[in-house]
Amino acid sequence: MDSVEALVTQIQGLSSTAGDVSRLHIILKQSDDSLHPESTRLFPALDQLDPSKHSLGYLYILEACSSGPVSKERASSLVLTISRFISSCAAEQVRLATEKFVSVCKRLKDQALLLEAPMRGVAPMLTAIRKLQTSSEHLTALHPEFLLLCLLAKCYKTGLSVLHDDISEVDQPRDLFLYSYYGGMICIGQKKFRKALELLHNVVTAPMSSINAIAVEAYKKYILVSLIHHGQFSTNLPKYTSSAAQRNLKNFCQPYIELANSYGTGKVTELEIYVQTNREKFESDNNLGLVKQVVASMYKRNIQRLTQTYLTLSLQDIASTVQLNSAKEAEMHVLQMIQDGEIYATINQKDGMVRFLEDPEQYKTCEMIEHIDSSIQRIMALSRKLTAMDENISCDPLYLSKAGRERPRFDLDDYDSVPQKFNI
Amino acid sequence: MEGEDEPSGGPMIDEEIYANGIGAGEEEKRSRPIISGEQLDVEAYASLYTGRTKITRLLFIADHCGNNQAMQLEALRMAYDEIKKGENTQLFREVVQKIDGRLGPNYTMDSAWCDTVDRRAEQKKEKLENELNAYRTNLIKESIRMGYNDFGDFYYAHGALGDAFKHYVRTRDYCTTSKHIIHMCMSAILVSIEMGQFTHVTSYVSKAEQLPDNNLDAITAAKLRCAAGLAHLEAKKYKLAARKFKRTGATPHFLETGPELANHYNEIIAPQDVATYGGLCALASFDRTELKNKVIDNLNFRNFLELVPEVRELINDFYSSHYASCLDYLGNLKANLLLDIHLHDHVETLYDQIRNKALIQYTHPFVSVDLRIMANAFKTSVGGLEKELEALITDNQIQARIDSHNKILYARHADQRNATFQRVLQTGSEFDRDVRSMLLRANLIKYEFNLRASRKP
Repeated sequence: MDSVEALVTQIQGLSSTAGDVSRLHIILKQSDDSLHPESTRLFPALDQLDPSKHSLGYLYILEACSSGPVSKERASSLVLTISRFISSCAAEQVRLATEKFVSVCKRLKDQALLLEAPMRGVAPMLTAIRKLQTSSEHLTALHPEFLLLCLLAKCYKTGLSVLHDDISEVDQPRDLFLYSYYGGMICIGQKKFRKALELLHNVVTAPMSSINAIAVEAYKKYILVSLIHHGQFSTNLPKYTSSAAQRNLKNFCQPYIELANSYGTGKVTELEIYVQTNREKFESDNNLGLVKQVVASMYKRNIQRLTQTYLTLSLQDIASTVQLNSAKEAEMHVLQMIQDGEIYATINQKDGMVRFLEDPEQYKTCEMIEHIDSSIQRIMALSRKLTAMDENISCDPLYLSKAGRERPRFDLDDYDSVPQKFNI
Repeated sequence: MEGEDEPSGGPMIDEEIYANGIGAGEEEKRSRPIISGEQLDVEAYASLYTGRTKITRLLFIADHCGNNQAMQLEALRMAYDEIKKGENTQLFREVVQKIDGRLGPNYTMDSAWCDTVDRRAEQKKEKLENELNAYRTNLIKESIRMGYNDFGDFYYAHGALGDAFKHYVRTRDYCTTSKHIIHMCMSAILVSIEMGQFTHVTSYVSKAEQLPDNNLDAITAAKLRCAAGLAHLEAKKYKLAARKFKRTGATPHFLETGPELANHYNEIIAPQDVATYGGLCALASFDRTELKNKVIDNLNFRNFLELVPEVRELINDFYSSHYASCLDYLGNLKANLLLDIHLHDHVETLYDQIRNKALIQYTHPFVSVDLRIMANAFKTSVGGLEKELEALITDNQIQARIDSHNKILYARHADQRNATFQRVLQTGSEFDRDVRSMLLRANLIKYEFNLRASRKP
């Protein structure tokens, strides 16, 4: 079609300098509506354009192409096209039209899932994230999609690499919820329970005006991971949790809270009976595997408690205290725990005795000193960030006007820093 | 020597220990050790008390002495006699029901007596009411006070404790001298103890003690301390209770007359009780220095302890680390202590606390202890001892570790340096995590705020 041809030439012409690109952007926005109905005929146009130089134009046309329904045969080639585009596009041009970029990537994900090959979407999506992010602390709408692909493709390690970044800027709260929830699941898969707990905690305590399903599911997993990692769980949510969450979360997670109570009694048989009776509920939430891990952790907890009171103990005694069936089982458990580094002990097979040792860490090595030093640096950086944020808000006109209005109500020293002109 | 009620199965203690404490049977009945390893001599026990507490104690014994028929009947019989001397028909009916005809025709329901007493009570009540109204119209403070007092006494004698209390308290508005106030407080305390409302006891004791001191004679002061001690005992505050009982004899004028003093309070408590309660609470809650200063070296309290030589021996054994004999004495005393109305609920707790303290004190000076020797000292099995020690270690009362293979207990002192490093690293990572979450939440709130602001017209 002529208009398409014209558009293509314009794209080719106006993609060199930043000024040209912004003009091109305006033209593209105007012609956007006319592009969509032409989706089938736009494919050849793509061949005339170079994704790395004409990224913006390519993006618009690509988005128009992929927005219509796609048949299964074309899906594979579409995935390929999008992947190539993502890897070669220019980040500055793409950032001018973030929503288009995001929708293109989402199409990629949909097609990959349609083809039942989520693995094909993992690497492109990672590249896409890195190109879209303005800084490593920026959470884009693509993060949760990426983590979802990782989960489905079982590429946990790749997912973990993204999770290591600290997030502080967020585009949409919903992205954060999904991101933290999927992130928590990936960490659980990798048995990094501390990080999982952190992520799930963020979901549960995030500000929300009304409860949402993501928070409920996250809370269920939070209870289970808390039991595995800490051996205890308290239903008191911290003060900064939203009131909607504090009021309602418990009602949706009753079986899990009862599981936690049963865990607290310390009796393994009771716990197992409870799990058996409520099996379907846990299964329908896809949490049965995690629940089984909770039961296993109970034995570990009990054995760990023994290290506090005994120097040496016979395997038979361990078996009877922890309610295992035989000394052999006790030996297996203790062996596993020693290998995982959860306790320090030696097993004397001749006497059937276990000797518990102290933690050999003396805090005198170079590695330890480096570790402490880097922690100190990290925390200093955090403090600086906190102070900067505080200064920013103190200068924000919205905050100042509100504080000025509230001054007669509160009469606190804090508000004295607000200039008088903000009183109303 | 003491064999009045030789029981069929009661615990007998060694004669020599017994003979050690008291000379052979020349004491008056009063100072004979009533709380002892032998079966409780109901008659001697009851003779220590007067008034309503005697009846309630006898009834308590009857209810709680289990299968011992002889003791039960003896107690019920004495209760019946005592009640008949008074005017409480309701208690009378209770006792008759409990006796159930087992004591023969003399001890059955005497309806005639009941009716006479009730009628007399009605008449007296009317008379008192008329008098009180007359006094009230005359507005003579002293007479009104006496009127309310008489009413209180009347109700008390008839068992209506709540009404008695109310009337005693009403005299407060008409008290003019501190003597009156003391009288009111003492009556209120008496009734509250009988009712089991120990919060009132504490408040009235403090009311009485707040009066300027020279108005409080030593006997009353001692009585007040006994009452306060009882209140603390009921509230399970054993340390405070022990201190109060200690001070019962502690006023300077009564070095010699210690034991005599407490007989004045027979309507509540006997000197033997002061010694027993005080001794046991002290043993369960004081540390070694306090035990030595306030109990063993306390001359006044020693006078009380003479009345219950077993408790005295028990405390001395504990202090000198003869744990086996100490625990033996405790075991012997247990059956009789369970029959005491005030101590009944606390015997188990006190015993557990004393036993735990003994275990802790035993292990304290050693770096390593052979569990077999320790089990011998405490007359228990090694397995049982291990379990008890495990509980104490988990509770952090003993800092040690058990070598179960060789059966040795090793003292263990935590390495402060390592512990500090661990805590530091942990606090650092928690701070890190919390601040990052906070920044995130702040950003979310800011986003939400901006969203709302931008939506406003």
